[in-house]
Amino acid sequence: MSLHRFQADFASALFDADAPGRLAAQPAFAVYRNTVMKGCIDALQANFPSVARLVGTEWFRAAAALHVAAAPPRDGRMLRYGDDFADFLAGFEPARQLPWLPAVARLDRCWTEAHVAADALAADTAWLAGLTPEALGEVRLAPHPAARWHWCADAPVYSIWQRNRTGVALDEDLDWYGEGALLTRPGDTVLWRAADLADCAFLDACAAGEALGAAAAAAWAARGDADLSALLAGLLNAGALTTATEPTAPS
Amino acid sequence: MSALLSAGLGLKPAHYANALACAAGGLWFEVHPENYMVTGGPRLRWLEAVRTVHPVSLHGVSLSLAGAAPPDAAHLRRFAALVRRIEPALVSEHLAWSAFGGRQFPDLLPFPRSHEALHRIAANIDLAQVALGRRIAIENPSHYLHIDGHDWDEIDFLSELVRRTGCGLLLDVNNVHVSARNLGFDATSWLKRIPGAAVMEIHLAGHTSDPQFGDALLIDSHDAPVAPEVWALYRRLIARIGPRPTLIERDGNLPAFDTLLAESFIAAGELRWAADAAEASP
Repeated sequence: MSLHRFQADFASALFDADAPGRLAAQPAFAVYRNTVMKGCIDALQANFPSVARLVGTEWFRAAAALHVAAAPPRDGRMLRYGDDFADFLAGFEPARQLPWLPAVARLDRCWTEAHVAADALAADTAWLAGLTPEALGEVRLAPHPAARWHWCADAPVYSIWQRNRTGVALDEDLDWYGEGALLTRPGDTVLWRAADLADCAFLDACAAGEALGAAAAAAWAARGDADLSALLAGLLNAGALTTATEPTAPS
Repeated sequence: MSALLSAGLGLKPAHYANALACAAGGLWFEVHPENYMVTGGPRLRWLEAVRTVHPVSLHGVSLSLAGAAPPDAAHLRRFAALVRRIEPALVSEHLAWSAFGGRQFPDLLPFPRSHEALHRIAANIDLAQVALGRRIAIENPSHYLHIDGHDWDEIDFLSELVRRTGCGLLLDVNNVHVSARNLGFDATSWLKRIPGAAVMEIHLAGHTSDPQFGDALLIDSHDAPVAPEVWALYRRLIARIGPRPTLIERDGNLPAFDTLLAESFIAAGELRWAADAAEASP
């Protein structure tokens, strides 16, 4: 038997309890099945800690096992495993009672992406203050490579996620309205804060390469009463923007 | 053995601060490069900081050298970039596969030691050594299954890979003990046949008995202290081949840093003893 054939049979037997053949019939084959499955589930649990805490370990690992079977890892860096996990949860029937769960998974994903993203100097207000009024409208502020933002119209997902991350109980004082989150990593530590529709629209425009003037217009379109100077100062203070105009290639 | 490397520890994120602060002479640390193949952020800075205080070894788990396909080119490029950045004291990988058809299996999977496998794996090791610009050490994995189609005995296979590619060996003594028990061979005789000059590094780890089959099926679990039988095999091995950089691996049930450090001191003591014995005998 060729090495290729051996690997093909072995790989399919890892996810098929009824696989034929002498090899898979040995009781010790379960060691490989268990190790592969455990490695994948452990990675998802490490990458989506808030989801796991919110639903409980048992529920999480049962759901993760289904996701592993449907979408096994395709990169040896297990830190990156779970790109499709939020989408999986969105279509997962037992999670229908928890409509905010996919958005929590997206914020967990945002945290990992921010944690490993490229380093860059964040733009600050002092830099911006040095520009002439004419230059200001034309300047392009790119999102910092570690900045991630996500808007959820249906649930206070930022409150749910950040309380979980900081160990604050989810009590009844949660106001049920849409929320967004902004995660940044200007230094070594991932930071987070709430983001509103205008913040997200502004950052979307910056990410699309729009100049400051056009990004401001996008923010106003998203929220007519947006305070642009406060918005910009807030994003600069959070380290969400950089003056680098080169897009950073994902690794 | 390298004048610098005595006993080392697998480095876990929970122990970064301890590792940085620890001044034990000869101590070194090993990490999986996959966890540091990132674009930026604190992980690389943590590793670089530890690297300024202690030698670091990169121990890959996903090159899939024992596959029919060559190692993933992008993964190899990232590995090479990390080698250039960290300048590790040692670089190693496994005689196993973990990738097939675009999918990753986070485990060290076995294969029949056929003539074809030897040819392909030697080519894969060549590719890896050229890309990484280094001699790498290849680790013997734990075995659980009786596999048809072996043309080669395991030690002859390893020795032939050394001869063809110039690679070294990373000898995992716990894996030998676990495999010997699971497949029914004698670990002491097996270790006696290992070509000592090729051994660049030794691994020691704990194992557990399978919950269903007990001691008839040992699992290379890395979640317990090194077992007495494994220490005994290790002592005999280094008495024969001389001291080698020796790593204590612990991935699960992670104890306090000082507990792991104490376990590494046992290995360091054994290495000192083996070095003295080698010096005393002409």
